Amino acid sequence: MPTRYDIRLKIFYTYGQSTSLGHHVIRMQPLELPKRQRVSIRHLEIWPRPTERTERTDFFGNRVVSVGFGGRAATGIEFRLKAWVERRSQRPGLDISPSLARLPVELAAIRDLGGSSPHHFLAPSPRVGAIPEIAAFARDLVQPDMTALEAVTCLGEALHEEMGFLPGATDADTPPAEAFRRRKGVCQDYSHIMIAGLRAVGVPAGYVSGFLRTIPPEGQQRLEGADAMHAWVRAWCGREIGWVEYDPTNAMAASEDHVVVAYGRDYADVSPVKGVTRMSGVGGTGHSVDVVELPSEPAGA
Amino acid sequence: MTTHEKSERRGGLAAFIRDYRPTENTADELLDPAGAMRPAWRDFINQFGRLSGTDIERRFHRAEQYLHDAGVYYREYDHGFSRERAWPLSHIPVLLSEEDWTSISEALVQRADLLEQILADLYGPNHLVADGHLPASLVASMPEWLRPMVGVEPRSGHFLHFIAFEIGRGPDGRWWVLGDRTQAPTGAGFAVENRVAMSRMFPEYFADKTVAKIGGFFADFRAALERLSDETEGGVGVLTPGMLNQGYFEHAYIARYLGFMLLEGEDLVVRDGRVMVRTVNGLQPISVIWRRIDAAWADPLELNEASRLGTPGMANAVRQGSLTMVNALGSGVLETRAMLAFIPRICQALTGEPLKMPNIATWWCGQGAERSHVQANTERMMIAPALATRLPFDTDGKTVLGGRFRGTAKEPIGDWIDAEAGNLVGQEAVRLSTTPAWDGEKLVPRPMSLRVFAARTKKGWALMPGGYARIGRHQESTAISLQKGGSVADVWLLADPPGSQTAIAEARTVLGTRPDLSLLPSRAADNLYWLGRYVERAEGTMRLLRAYHVRLAENAAADMPLQHAIGEALTISGVDVAQPVPLALTDMLDAAVQSAAQVRDRFSVDGWLALKELQAAAMLLAENHRSDDEPRSGDDIAREISGLLRQITGFSGLVQDNMYRFTGWRFLSIGRALERAMDICAMLARFADHGTPEGGLDLAVELGDSGITHRRRYTIATNRQTVIDLLALDGRNPRALLYQLNRMRTLCERLPGADEHGRLADFYRAVIRVQTDIELQRPHTLDTKALWKTRGELMEVSNLLTQHYFR
Repeated sequence: MPTRYDIRLKIFYTYGQSTSLGHHVIRMQPLELPKRQRVSIRHLEIWPRPTERTERTDFFGNRVVSVGFGGRAATGIEFRLKAWVERRSQRPGLDISPSLARLPVELAAIRDLGGSSPHHFLAPSPRVGAIPEIAAFARDLVQPDMTALEAVTCLGEALHEEMGFLPGATDADTPPAEAFRRRKGVCQDYSHIMIAGLRAVGVPAGYVSGFLRTIPPEGQQRLEGADAMHAWVRAWCGREIGWVEYDPTNAMAASEDHVVVAYGRDYADVSPVKGVTRMSGVGGTGHSVDVVELPSEPAGA
Repeated sequence: MTTHEKSERRGGLAAFIRDYRPTENTADELLDPAGAMRPAWRDFINQFGRLSGTDIERRFHRAEQYLHDAGVYYREYDHGFSRERAWPLSHIPVLLSEEDWTSISEALVQRADLLEQILADLYGPNHLVADGHLPASLVASMPEWLRPMVGVEPRSGHFLHFIAFEIGRGPDGRWWVLGDRTQAPTGAGFAVENRVAMSRMFPEYFADKTVAKIGGFFADFRAALERLSDETEGGVGVLTPGMLNQGYFEHAYIARYLGFMLLEGEDLVVRDGRVMVRTVNGLQPISVIWRRIDAAWADPLELNEASRLGTPGMANAVRQGSLTMVNALGSGVLETRAMLAFIPRICQALTGEPLKMPNIATWWCGQGAERSHVQANTERMMIAPALATRLPFDTDGKTVLGGRFRGTAKEPIGDWIDAEAGNLVGQEAVRLSTTPAWDGEKLVPRPMSLRVFAARTKKGWALMPGGYARIGRHQESTAISLQKGGSVADVWLLADPPGSQTAIAEARTVLGTRPDLSLLPSRAADNLYWLGRYVERAEGTMRLLRAYHVRLAENAAADMPLQHAIGEALTISGVDVAQPVPLALTDMLDAAVQSAAQVRDRFSVDGWLALKELQAAAMLLAENHRSDDEPRSGDDIAREISGLLRQITGFSGLVQDNMYRFTGWRFLSIGRALERAMDICAMLARFADHGTPEGGLDLAVELGDSGITHRRRYTIATNRQTVIDLLALDGRNPRALLYQLNRMRTLCERLPGADEHGRLADFYRAVIRVQTDIELQRPHTLDTKALWKTRGELMEVSNLLTQHYFR
């Protein structure tokens, strides 16, 4: 039975004074994923109204909206998303992933450079380079005879133990090495650190941005990171299993509570709003998310 | 000829060539393997041998002088600092025979076509990866493979339009490709300057046309760029990272040489998917950009998000097909060292033919067999970062040469190769050929590599016939980089006298183009305006300082009331009178130079040098004063400042006399007029007020450089009436307020958009208001309060002008 969500996201920026608005690139809309995620309503509203707006799919298959304002000035900018998403859970299968020692062989056999090819996710990326401390942490944990999937779970759980979830301890630009040194951070830091660790042991790993349901189903605990956009990790576990998604902030495999917005190598590839506005004066930003479960559709509808 | 001259000549000939001995197992450009001089060099060496020592010096000096006067420099980086260095021209050209050149041309045209095909595949269907000719993991880890550009077909139909090859000759006499420069190759502009300098040194070779000319190559490329653009879609621009870049001189030079606008990222905006230049005439479209900026920096929205040099939305404009990038964003991927390991086989696979010129043998350590090969042969390898784009001889600390680390790294090399694997390549350590260089007394063999430029023209790939070789500082090949003390030589391609001469003569077409001066980017206008203001401000400050020190000399005690008033005026504008050449003054000159440096493509070379010399003179004076034990007298200081004043008025005269009257000149002149007008207001308010200490009126006349005129026009001594009349209300005195306001009004009237069919722009309206107001004044109505008010209004004019044109 799929779970259906009504998702509302609002992100705004305010500028101390009237400021000429630049181009923005937006990755906020949930992805259409065969057999896992279906999007029935998708509506992105931007204020002030852009004078130009184009949509395309980026290299990794994400939906990208590019907007421009013709140089118009305003004291702020606001993005509102409304989306209805249907999410199916995938039953975890048997762990038939290869051992870490074997994984490179399977990887080398892949002659593909498409957006979901694992090859993009092993080399350093804009925000996640080789970080010796994290690499050492990961190498201490995993053994070459572990399967790739075991390594993912093992590292994810260890990080969850090691790190403290603390909003405000870091910001969107904190380097993962710094967050790891402090052993504190939010979902973005957890994800970046885990990506660095997985790559260090030879597992291709990338970043997933998305949403978490706000109110847990009855009797379950509320998940961390539900009141903002969320992030987790996906890791390539060999030819058979392919990509698996793991949420280190909550030490769990991504489930039907997770709604995928965008895939990338790290945050730089998927940040919900990228914009260059020459700021003058003091500005602010805010962000709110609501992911509400909708009653399931009546049969036959 | 006297006996003495003869013997000196013979002695010189013998001496300068006697000790020329190439190293064992190294090819040499001058001598063939048997030790005989190659035919291409004979004429040159014979004629050179006939020159006396003084003649040689004189000739070398002429070339140096030319490079200095032309302001040729490059930027050198050293431990985080950078500075401008004189262009290191090697005085001896490299001579190539036509036979050599023909084989080089054929091979490089083949390679250029191959590179185009590889790019089309890397950003297109990826057959090379699917068919196993390129490892997917390698491509995926190349920083210059730009994912946002995958699937984007270039508007022009081609990825590559202007590239270069670094080639060297190996011990067996064969040429090798050392590296491909496909991002934004540097050096073509310097090649032109090299050539001009060489023609000053050895005019006889250029008079009789035996050396192939390189001008035709640029004319053809220029035409090609213009064909890529479209009148209705906008013109061509050269995009530079800015004045702090190593190659800025060349960017400005080549823009001026080809007659294209020199642009920086902030000059551009993207509107509705099209790239526009912010000019003083508003946004103007552009359709072709010859970028001298690495692609990753071109657009912070889609490429390197940390870039402050780029233009947001640029990549999307390319994607939407409104802009041709020369070369396409992402072309730099071919510069990746590891590519060289795969290109030979790719050539065979794509064309069915081997490379006509091999590239330096390269093994990528990301593959097991190749890694073992490198491990087993470290002593004859250069082992270096695989994903870097530097040329083989531009080594860094983490490079192994001949089995030893170049830097301080200590770990065993075998472990290092295993750990780094795919991040490393092994390259055969080719011993480059040597070519003669002048060591001050004789010719000595130095390693060299050629840079051959190729442009896509109407007739296909055209190669620049000669022009640019890098010469090592000492015998070791790694000293070839400019940053490591290497130099650059001109390359002469000698044609056999008959037959081929027509082609070369035809290629001598001079670039008969005048820069496109109609479009003035807002940033350039802003810089010109402030250049005018800073220079004028420095001049006003100098006059005031001189007046101060002259009076100090007359009256050792600084407590005279007028003296005090001058000191106060200087202090208010931040000038410390205790410093003979105040910091505030050298700061103003620095600011002027900074502004000028950003518009070097629009600024005469003479003007630039005059300004630099002025700055240097002021710095030197300040330096001397700081190191002097005894303070100089006021008289000495006044005399020194007079010297600076003469230099600064010399600069202003140069600009006034020599600068073409385009819009940029108007902004510069408005800056000067406005600054001077403001200065006059303050000066009169301070020294022509009723309460000014005695001597104030004479001081005002002195500052206004109007002593003689005052004596001629008024037979009486100065009084407030005559001084205000002469220095504020006289429309014929260039030192008068009204004169400057009239001038501003005339200059502003002709600025774009100042008067749109009777609708006046705010700044222009404000100028008219101030000018009219002063024109209607009488000496007794223009009191101190009115002067201060006028000064305030002028500041507002500056704000309005800024809002209208520079934002």
